[in-house]
Amino acid sequence: MEKLIAGKNIQVNEEGYMTDFSQWDKAIGEELAKENNIELTAKHWELIQYIQNEFKAESPLTIRKIGKSGVVDIKEFYALFPVGPLKTATKIAGIPKPAGCI
Amino acid sequence: MKQLLILGAGTAGTMMANHLHHKLDKKEWKISIVDERKEHHYQPGYLFLPFDIYTPEQIVKQIEDFIPTDVDLITEQISKIDGNASVVKLANGNDLAFDLLIIATGSKIAPEETEGMLGEEWQKSVFDFYTFEGALALRNKLREWEGGNLVIHITEMPIKCPVAPLEFAFLADAYFKDKQMRDKVNITYVTPLSGAFTKPKSTAALEHLLAEKNIAIESDFAIAEIDNESKKIVDYGGKEVSFDLLVTVPTNKGDALMERSSLGDDLNFVPTNKETLQSKDFANIFVIGDATNVPASKAGSVAHFEAEILTENILHYIKQEPLSASFDGHANCFIETGKGKALLIDFNYTHEPVDGLFPFAGVGPMQLLKESRMNHWGKLAFRWIYWNMLLKGISIPFVTANMKTAGKNF
Repeated sequence: MEKLIAGKNIQVNEEGYMTDFSQWDKAIGEELAKENNIELTAKHWELIQYIQNEFKAESPLTIRKIGKSGVVDIKEFYALFPVGPLKTATKIAGIPKPAGCI
Repeated sequence: MKQLLILGAGTAGTMMANHLHHKLDKKEWKISIVDERKEHHYQPGYLFLPFDIYTPEQIVKQIEDFIPTDVDLITEQISKIDGNASVVKLANGNDLAFDLLIIATGSKIAPEETEGMLGEEWQKSVFDFYTFEGALALRNKLREWEGGNLVIHITEMPIKCPVAPLEFAFLADAYFKDKQMRDKVNITYVTPLSGAFTKPKSTAALEHLLAEKNIAIESDFAIAEIDNESKKIVDYGGKEVSFDLLVTVPTNKGDALMERSSLGDDLNFVPTNKETLQSKDFANIFVIGDATNVPASKAGSVAHFEAEILTENILHYIKQEPLSASFDGHANCFIETGKGKALLIDFNYTHEPVDGLFPFAGVGPMQLLKESRMNHWGKLAFRWIYWNMLLKGISIPFVTANMKTAGKNF
């Protein structure tokens, strides 16, 4: 479905995750963060960058992996995104929700 | 003589030895299989051991009884795989050169990954049931336990047999009902996932069953530590769950051999082409079963389907043909729900489990994603099928390596 945000129309799924990463920009990231009650700091942006790079490399994301990213440890990750950190961070980064590995 | 070497004589390795000794020319190929253990365990039996449904004798047999006599069985520890030199180094100092290598070293629990898991309470009030020792210790505990908060917990994904902890919860409910003490036990199911399972339709069906059996669910729980003193599990976000008895599925990792050989990812699983099952690093190394990083369930049924595909691809590889057999991620799992009933799910990389009839469209007799007695008998019959057909590489009638979509309600 379509959603108007930061003056742009983007495609999102029923859970609000962007379905076309090429539509993402920083202004959209800012707005998605606000919707999730998060004020983005430099550290948030650094992590979003990391998450997007992993996504582009088709490398599956897990909380363990974020903890070993060198950007934050898991405690810091929770401090940045207190509620469902991986789900929230990926939503703001404009990438699909990580599928829990079967 | 060319050398085909299999590492690991568990479910996947044993099946490959049996398939290949029928298919390879014995004048040209010598097959060897290495495992440090002497016993082969029927791992699905670990689920039933704590509830006194199976006895230890029913789930333990000797590895050598399942390896064909013309396959060389080497009982020795493996120190390292040197992919560049195509050599496997053994702990006794011997080197085994190979032309073709199959890695089937499985996955195992790593409780040391979680702070406090191996603390004071380990095997006192904190148990696993993914090892024979753990399942047996838990059986002894359950026999005398007087009740309280039972917490069933998954540390992180991926785990071997992702439905096993749910089955444990269902069987625990039935076990305490039978002992006339269900009213003395609170059961909570704690998972790092957002719901009972990874796929939407089966999650809905399974959450319905949890509610029906009065089992509480605590989702999105990423464990930071086990507090042994106050008997609590604590998550990174600060959530806490108190337990009197904790049954946990620790982090699952591939064999430490992969770390020593620089062949694994951060959990020691081997990067593997999910369709051909060839290692991503070396053309003459193939990987099967729990040892791979492919996004399929870590389960015996998956290893069984993979074995058929891998046998074809190994024959292609030897003839220098394209690896045309393609694994689709097919898994087929019975989910024991207690009181003589079970669910059956059948799925692959692209199709989630749905309801329908199996294996014959419109006929069954097994029902998918619904509780039935027939499914339970299927699950119990499976132990016989495992020892007598599966390990020997005999196909299960009417169940194909790649998934069928007929008879299913997508």
